[in-house]
Amino acid sequence: MIASVGSAIGDPLADPLLRRAFLEIALLGIAGGALGCWVVFHKLSYSAESLAHGMLPGLVLASLAGLPLLLGGAAGIFVAAAGVALAGRVPGIGRDTAVAVVVTTLFGLGALLALSPATPAGLQGILFGDPLGVSDTDLALAAGLVLATLLVLRLLHGRLLIVGFDRSAARALGVSAGVVDLALLALLALALLVAVQGLGNLLVVAVLIAPPAAARQVTRRMGAMLAASAAIAVVSGVAGLYLSYYAHTAAGASVAGALLAALVLLSAVRALSRARVSVRGPAPSTG
Amino acid sequence: MRDRGAVSGTALVRVDGLVAGYGETVALRDATFAVHAGERVAVLGPNGGGKTTLFRVLLGELDAREGSVAVPRCAVVPQTERSRLDFPVSALDVALMGAVSRLPWWRRPGRAERRAAVEALAAVGLGDRADTTFGDLSGGQRQRVLVARALVQDAPVILLDEPFTGLDSPSAEQLEQLLASLAAEGRALLIATHDVGQARRWDRVLCVNRRQVAFGEPEEVLRREVLEETYGAAIVTLPEACEAIVPPHHHHHGDHA
Repeated sequence: MIASVGSAIGDPLADPLLRRAFLEIALLGIAGGALGCWVVFHKLSYSAESLAHGMLPGLVLASLAGLPLLLGGAAGIFVAAAGVALAGRVPGIGRDTAVAVVVTTLFGLGALLALSPATPAGLQGILFGDPLGVSDTDLALAAGLVLATLLVLRLLHGRLLIVGFDRSAARALGVSAGVVDLALLALLALALLVAVQGLGNLLVVAVLIAPPAAARQVTRRMGAMLAASAAIAVVSGVAGLYLSYYAHTAAGASVAGALLAALVLLSAVRALSRARVSVRGPAPSTG
Repeated sequence: MRDRGAVSGTALVRVDGLVAGYGETVALRDATFAVHAGERVAVLGPNGGGKTTLFRVLLGELDAREGSVAVPRCAVVPQTERSRLDFPVSALDVALMGAVSRLPWWRRPGRAERRAAVEALAAVGLGDRADTTFGDLSGGQRQRVLVARALVQDAPVILLDEPFTGLDSPSAEQLEQLLASLAAEGRALLIATHDVGQARRWDRVLCVNRRQVAFGEPEEVLRREVLEETYGAAIVTLPEACEAIVPPHHHHHGDHA
């Protein structure tokens, strides 16, 4: 029994492609899980989704031109951000609508380019991710992302707390909300650029949003939430790869599915434990 | 003109001929007053009357268009409704936020700052609540945590934006005692409020309605004519209390003028 479990766990690791995929997903899980907590609590989930989808034309054009995806993605994010900033200035539209109009337009343009006859094979990987196809450069970039994310989040921890907790009081507490927003958005853009290779344009947001939402079900302190979110992202990401290996499902989609399954599972556990508490009677008042 | 730190005489805050506003709009003009160490000053005025504008100028968030402002470092206690109750922070985390402005950007709060935050929570009577999630505290306790955060900032002047809004009587009484003890320690407190009865118990009253209507001791300022000029004809008098009060529709949040 133990031998067969060991074999089930060990077999995929014998494949060098899968070993790299496990490492890539683990690295993206650490960076995405930790960064995602701040994305969720600074209410940037919609921005993350928008930036990810808005960079599609850049990714497709880079693929068509044979350029590095990172370059195309960076240009795509820049164009999306500039488009949102410009559209937001049009009177009577409103910021949310401006984001929706620009991102839908860019995503449509990306889909149009992706469906052209000149599109090279492998474009599916851009949309749905291809963790099995990561290169040494991708792994190095993911490791760099982890270091940059953990360093910036550690340095900005107090300031991120202040701006997220009460933006209106930030200035009086010696914190520039604009600088903090900019740093967080820059880190978010970097994470999307690096993670898009492994998880794809359509699924990359899963690693930023699902783990923190799941971690929120088990702890109510930011420090613990950062650690729990990163752990949930790594464990469920690795579980997704095992699922892909044994069920012969698409790797990127399996990882995204496992991340979301962790959220559903932990939400259900919390709901059950709450129901038990309410059956036992109300908790004592906090005064 | 603004002068941080150089305050003449014993006044901690000195405002002279202040005019301030946003874009084309003048939100406050003709403000001239001084606040001394140990004084509690009630800032009375309708929504849009210029209370928040005055606080923003004192905090250095908004420049004076005319006049001069001499004020040392200020801490602010905002309305608790502006804080996010779903945010994963404890009372200690919130109190520690007061230390950030005193640290270089690369340094995280250490043992000394943590000790200061614990002491500040103890000073506001919440020493045993340090680990409680902010959103789980009662309204009065949350307000006191924000006062503790201001204490960690260690500023000689504290600005409080309608701190009694939404508090029940015992909590309001507890907060008022806390403010009295802070003033007794030599801090100057400017407290935006709509409660005329409360303002009567403090040291000075500043009435504003897009301009300074009056400033002085409560018995000079809190007269019907001044309150009518401050709040318009909306004030009412309770016969049994013999006291002008401001009707409830003036008590709402989001006053940014």
